[in-house]
Amino acid sequence: MRSAVGADWVFTSEGDMHTYRDFYSVLWDEPDERVASAAVAPANVEEVQAVVRAANARGIPLYPISTGRNLGYGGAAPVYSGSVVLDLKRMDKVIEVNEGNASCLVEPGVSYFDMYRHLQETGSKLWLDVPDPGWGSMVGNALDSGGGYTAAPYRGHFEAQCGIEAVLADGELFRTGMGAMPGSETWQQYRMGIGPCLDGLFRQSSLGVVTKMGFWLFPQPEAYLSCSIDVFNYEDIEPLVDLMNELEYSNIFNGMPSVSSPVLSNGMMFNEVPEPAKMNAMVRETGKAAWRASATFYGPEKVIRAQWEYMKERFAKFEGARPNEGELIKLPLSPEAMEKVSKARFGIPSLEIFSVGSNGFGDFNPSDGHIWFSAIIPRTGKGLVQANRVMRQECARLGIPLFMFSPAVTCWTRSFVLFAAVPVYKDKDSNKALREKVLEIIKICAANGWGEYRCPPAFQDAVMDSYSFNNNILRRVNEKIKDALDPNGIISAGRYGVWPKHLREGRGA
Amino acid sequence: MKAQVVVALGAAAVLAALSAQAAEGGRAAPEFAEGKAVYDEWCATCHADSLGLAGTLALQTKYQGAIPAALALRTDLEPEVVEYFVRNGVAWMAPFRKTEVSDAQLAAIGAYLSAPLDKRGLTAAELAKAKAAQ
Repeated sequence: MRSAVGADWVFTSEGDMHTYRDFYSVLWDEPDERVASAAVAPANVEEVQAVVRAANARGIPLYPISTGRNLGYGGAAPVYSGSVVLDLKRMDKVIEVNEGNASCLVEPGVSYFDMYRHLQETGSKLWLDVPDPGWGSMVGNALDSGGGYTAAPYRGHFEAQCGIEAVLADGELFRTGMGAMPGSETWQQYRMGIGPCLDGLFRQSSLGVVTKMGFWLFPQPEAYLSCSIDVFNYEDIEPLVDLMNELEYSNIFNGMPSVSSPVLSNGMMFNEVPEPAKMNAMVRETGKAAWRASATFYGPEKVIRAQWEYMKERFAKFEGARPNEGELIKLPLSPEAMEKVSKARFGIPSLEIFSVGSNGFGDFNPSDGHIWFSAIIPRTGKGLVQANRVMRQECARLGIPLFMFSPAVTCWTRSFVLFAAVPVYKDKDSNKALREKVLEIIKICAANGWGEYRCPPAFQDAVMDSYSFNNNILRRVNEKIKDALDPNGIISAGRYGVWPKHLREGRGA
Repeated sequence: MKAQVVVALGAAAVLAALSAQAAEGGRAAPEFAEGKAVYDEWCATCHADSLGLAGTLALQTKYQGAIPAALALRTDLEPEVVEYFVRNGVAWMAPFRKTEVSDAQLAAIGAYLSAPLDKRGLTAAELAKAKAAQ
């Protein structure tokens, strides 16, 4: 590998390898902590191919990372201990930005900060959709199915990709969609090409080292408006969610909606939804709304104002409905406006979200990190209430601390994602207890039909197990594909519960 | 490995605003310019002088104002200490790898954060604040 990338870019020392640990690991300093044996940092596709061929010939397990900043979901560390991390950060070129087609093609080392800077410096009229925090890789975030905060077509980062190039386990270079047509100019325009659409093979997978990815970008809108409507009865929740869905899916608003409960809201925590009579009493006593439907709008001022007017008309059917109109913000943002806004809504990367951990939270000591529990729940009022109750009750019963709980996150338009953030400490007893409790939560959610869409390595086997339809056929098919494309099992062994054949027997969750 | 130098020449107002928030003011002395540039790219997003930023808030919580919460206003940092935290991490701050911040860049950050205050390119207000804390 040294001959492929140069000795400077092969890391084996203890000090270097410390920088590749999963800093928020729930297995910190334990024998089962997932740690790499070495790291290799190629500069270009040819070097990636050379490293992969060498690894394949020798059966060396590799674990590609893009920027390795996926804290909360595993960071820069591999799933399979002893793997050699393939650190792609040096491959940090923005290969192209196409203004007319509003698309781009980037290498894995391009962070959202890098891309934002590039767009600003080149005077681009395009916006980026960023996750929060924004220091991750566009490629890596999309491959782990991250999400953002701007307009609907761009919030699901894997869904906004168009065109993948990957080095397969045998070192061959593969391109999806129109990239398989030599000389095509449409690689970032049409994802599917001909025949089975294979870009999904790379999402949360272990089937190749992605070396380029295209994305669709959002033409900068003229203005932004954020509004909400408060309703005052527990019983409003189901028709409220249905109406929000109708409005979103018929393009009345294009930004990210939210469903919250002012009367139940406590900082970043959405308290447990009580029984209807109790909740209605709380509403009467406090004057706070039972539910709040928020929508954001991006577009020309006259258009978004008209859309908001229409939304208010539709909500008038709710007894006591009270609209709250935010300030219309003209774009691009002035420096003054930049200071005040929530940056992610404007495609501006930031690390400010980390400040939630700076003081500790509530009764907790400042933690050493966190993990996310992120389950897909039904996009209905009933689903939201049930998931809220079950999760809050079970976390309380099991003694799982939460510092963030949002049951109805809408990065994806057709479902809700329930996000819960759990503090992690560099303490073995605390982590062991936490792991057992989270495994229990995974089972409880599965019993309710709620599956995680993303999780840290410590839980990936358990989550894949929970998708158990037809005797775990999802995993069995994934294993067949794995055996076909990576028979020596050298890429990302164990990622999301898919192990190569030689490691499959006797693996634990 | 490219040196990441962000210069807000003729850039959009937004870039200037982002840089102004992240950067610590004016122009550093030439020997510390590289360190300031790397610091602005990799550190200032959490450590610039604003309590809305994670690192500064954490240090304010830790030191309760006994020393400046913003790293670039401190006069007690040694390059070895900077290197330790960058390569080992602390609390929520994970370590930074050599593919992100090379050893040479890390040395430059250490030199910048231990440079004489008036050579760091601080604004007049920042300089006054830093000197008052000495």
